[in-house]
This record gives sequence, structure tokens and C-alpha cells, in this order.
Amino acid sequence: MRFLGMVLSAALALGGFWSGTALAQSDGPLRIEITEGVIEPLPFALPVFEAETGDAGGLAAQISQVVSADLSGTGLFREIPANAFISQVSSFAAPVQYADWKAINAQALITGAVSVQGNQLAVKFRLYDVFSGAEMGSGLQFTGTTDGWRRMAHKVADAVYSRITGEGGYFDSRVVFVSETGSKDARQKRLAIMDYDGAGVQYLTDSSAIVLAPRFSPNGDRVLYTSYETGFPRIYVLDVGSVQQRVLESQDGTMSFAPRFAPDGQNIVFSLSQGGNTDIWAMNVGGGGATRLTSAPSIETAPSFSPDGSQIVFESDRSGSQQLYIMPAGGGEAQRISFGPGRYGTPVWSPRGDLIAFTKQNSGRFHIGVMRTDGSEERLLTASFLDEGPTWAPNGRVIMFTRETQGEGGRSSLYSVDISGRNLRPVRTPEGGSDPSWSPLLQ
Amino acid sequence: MTLTAKILLLVAGLALAACTNPGRFGADGTAGGAGGVGGGAIVPGSANDPTSPAYFNQAIGDRVLFAVDQSAVTDEGRVILDGQATWLLTNTDFTAIIEGHADEQGTREYNVALGARRANAVREYLVSKGVAGNRLRTVSYGKERPIEICSNEACYAKNRRAVTVLAGGLTG
Repeated sequence: MRFLGMVLSAALALGGFWSGTALAQSDGPLRIEITEGVIEPLPFALPVFEAETGDAGGLAAQISQVVSADLSGTGLFREIPANAFISQVSSFAAPVQYADWKAINAQALITGAVSVQGNQLAVKFRLYDVFSGAEMGSGLQFTGTTDGWRRMAHKVADAVYSRITGEGGYFDSRVVFVSETGSKDARQKRLAIMDYDGAGVQYLTDSSAIVLAPRFSPNGDRVLYTSYETGFPRIYVLDVGSVQQRVLESQDGTMSFAPRFAPDGQNIVFSLSQGGNTDIWAMNVGGGGATRLTSAPSIETAPSFSPDGSQIVFESDRSGSQQLYIMPAGGGEAQRISFGPGRYGTPVWSPRGDLIAFTKQNSGRFHIGVMRTDGSEERLLTASFLDEGPTWAPNGRVIMFTRETQGEGGRSSLYSVDISGRNLRPVRTPEGGSDPSWSPLLQ
Repeated sequence: MTLTAKILLLVAGLALAACTNPGRFGADGTAGGAGGVGGGAIVPGSANDPTSPAYFNQAIGDRVLFAVDQSAVTDEGRVILDGQATWLLTNTDFTAIIEGHADEQGTREYNVALGARRANAVREYLVSKGVAGNRLRTVSYGKERPIEICSNEACYAKNRRAVTVLAGGLTG
């Protein structure tokens, strides 16, 4: 029961404030903990996975470490150091001595085994609920090639996270972003892609032209971005597998930027500036004519589709300052949804459809925030000199964004925070980083 | 790259002296006012040769500044743009790209759109003074190319700008 309780509070801390009306009816004390954002991370023990073949020891250690880091990195779990263990898990098949794990207050126990045959790797794991003395779900095995070991570790962590919180995982995912070097007045930018935790950075473009705001396609196979390669901002699409890129058609004398995929992966929306006026347009990524979705003398940009593809949230300064609006995907009348003090930009619809993340500027500070799609229950998650450009984890529970520091040495880097505002942490990249876009869970 | 190369060629062809590509994003191309142009022999291509890009950039002033979040040309800006228009009407071989910029206090894509507004405001002003529209292109760099890097209004004021960058001839 105790474990179950922790499970519940972990899940609620994730869903937290947002889980809605059903929770409001549940018992008082639990809810108070949530709204105050108080949660004790769930202690888990993860003995180094067993090496089932002679040469698997190194990978077993590395995989165990990545699984632990994934879980601890959420802020919802706390790893119990191995030197506290009473029991050693010598074999994946051996029965679990629950009393030994209870004694060190490990509420979850994760065991695993790794085997290597040539370049083939198999990783299996089991998750135990120590206080109820039972396995949670059944054991799972992932197989692949040895060079994909990190992904298999992330898959194990996703399964554990998912079983305990009841939410989808997000560790087996990637982030495309802009890698930055140089001072503010001589900044070099290039596109890069990496695992969600900053591992395995690969550069997709060189830094000969400014690149801005990449966005993944719905299945993560392509990236849309803006480049100044021609001297003018234009939209490019890049195939992640082949790293081949191509520029999309555009009208001479115009500027195109802020491209985003529709959920169908074929249509895109973007901003087009013509004669100083910026509106939102749509086109097929394969070519063909562009359709105009807004036609106001104000700035309309930063569009984002609802996950069902029926609506677009975007920013406009038609009221005199940047605010958020929602319109039908084909254009038409827009409803303003942001009404608080300050300016709102860069809206991004959650993959779950329930929330919209945004950048807010107010009284000289920048914030990342979330609100319901009708604009209610606005909640600011961060505050700094310059935070901007949120992107959602595949499970809609964590947000990554850009934070830039103030002054002459100002530098951009990536951060993540969960939607309760907890667990703000830097995402380490080799150089500066900005404009992250989180992929869906990999296939 | 091609733009920079063009300008370099152009300036070299005019027998230079002038700092190449002055203040494109770089230092002090700010309006020097006509006062800086003294007597003495006119060195072709230098800032005291009224037909030179250097003169345009330094003596007339290649840029105008904007108020926070605004794209309206100011009174000071109009004086500079009147000078630019006169020069362009005299030196008809030149085209120009007007670059709009924003300070760092804004989201990236909004600032691209804001820079586009500023560049267009300058273009429209020059066109209203008789410069042919087909000689003037616009581009926005948003907040990507500040010339001053401090994080206060002294720097922001210089970064909220539109810069008229002379480019190759109409026939070139």
C-alpha cells in the first residue's frame, strides 16, 4: 500500500495541478501536497545489471548507469547508492529478498541482465514493488545492436517510468536544436541533433549561414528550419537519416520562416513576410502553391497545430501587443486566449492536446508557462532574464526551452522543467544551445 | 557570402581606401553627419568622395534607429533617409538591401517579423522620395545580429536599427 501511495503521488505530481476535476474530489491531504508542489522522490535500487555473457560487463555497467540517470533526472525518483545494499543480486533469475530491500527503504527494485553475441545486444529487466513484495508488470527484453545500447537503456527506463507513473515515457527520444558558438555580435549557429539527455550530438549543417528554430516532423524523420543560406530567410527541410536538405519554394522578394509540420507530416504552416507584413501561410512540403491563412496588417507568426490537426495556435500583435490566438487549421476567425499582463509568444500545443506552452514577457523578465487551450489556469514555470521557445517531451509532461544569460558574455543554453514547475535543470550540450525541438518517442 | 563578395568587389573597384563593407553588422557606421567631410582633394572612393559608398555609409549615415517595439521612422531617421534618397537618386548604378534588426528583448521569430517591418518602413520612405522600388530589397535579421552586446538600453537603442547596405549595380 505504501508503494502504491508513492506511485499515486508520483503520477499526480506529474499530472499535478492539471489532472483536473476527478482529483478535486479525492481526499484532501494528497491534493494539498500536490498543489504545494511537495513530493518526496521515490527511492529505487538498481543493482548493476548482470552480464550474462563474458564480454557484456562493460555494457551492463553503462546501461545500468543510463537507466538510473534517466529515472533520477525526472526528479520523481531517487537512486539508493549501491554501498547501502544489503542483498546483492547475483542472478537475474534468483528470487528477490524483499526484506533486504525494505530495510534500506528501496520502494522499487530494478534488476536486469545484458548479453552480447557478436554485435547483437539483448537487455532484459524486471521491476519489483518492494513493499508489496511483488513484481510490477512482467519482465521485458529489448534486442538490437551493441551500438544502440543507449537507446535500449532509455527503453528500459521508459518502461519503468511508465509502469510507476501511469504516464508515457520520454527517454527514448531525440532533440534537434541550434548549436551556438561565439560572442553575441559574432554568433555562429548550426543545426545539431542529440539524444534527449544531451548524448550523441551530431551536427546537421555547418555554421556558414544563420539557422533558426528547427522543428521535427510528427514521426521524427525530417526537420523543418529556417536558414539564411541565400542571404534571406527561407525554409528548408532536412532528412534526418541522410542529412540531405532542400529549400522549399518561395516567392521572390519575400521572407519565409517559422515553419511547422501539420500532424499529417505533409502539410506545413509558416510565416511569410511581404512588404513588411507577416502572415501565416500553409503549403505542402512536397511543393505546390501556398495558401494564406491570416490576412491582417499585424504580425502573425509562431504557429503550432493541435495534435488532431484541426486548429492552429499562433501569436499576433493585432491587439497592439503579442498575444496568443487559436484559429481553425484552414484559417478563419481567431479567438484570443491570452489575457494576463505582459506579452505572450511562441505557443506550442502539447502532444496530449490539453495544454499550450508559451513564452511570456512581463516587467522585463521572461517566463516559460503553460495554460489550458481556452487560456485558463495560466501557470508560469520559470523566470529569468531570457527564457524562450518551449518544446514538449513526447509525453506532454516535461518542457525543454532556451535560456540566455544577460550581458556582454551572454550565452544560450538548453534547460528542461516539468509542467508542475519542478525539476528545472540544464541539458548539457558541447557548445551553447538554443531553439530545441523534441522528437516523438522513437520507433 | 555572395552579398559580401559583391560589396567587396564594388568597393575595390572604386579604388577603396574606404573600410570595406563598413559596419554591415560591425562597428561604427553611424551617421557622422555631413560635418565630417572636410576640404582637400577628394580621394575617389573615400568618405569625402560624395559618389562613394563610404560617403553614403559614413557622411550620410547608413542606418536609422527605432523606438522599442516600433517600426515608425523617427524625425532623426527621416533626415538620414532624405540623405540616402538623394544619394541613391544621384548614384543610380547602386541597388541596396535594407536590413531590419531588433534588440534581444523579444522572442526570436517575432523579432524577425519586427525587423521586416522596420526594413520595410525604410524602403517605403525611400520609395516615397523617388527611389525606384526595384532597387531596394529588404531582409530581416531579427535579433540575430546585434552590433552592441550589453544588455541595457544603451546597447538596445543601437541594435533596433535598419541599415541600408549598398550592393551591386542595376546592370551588374
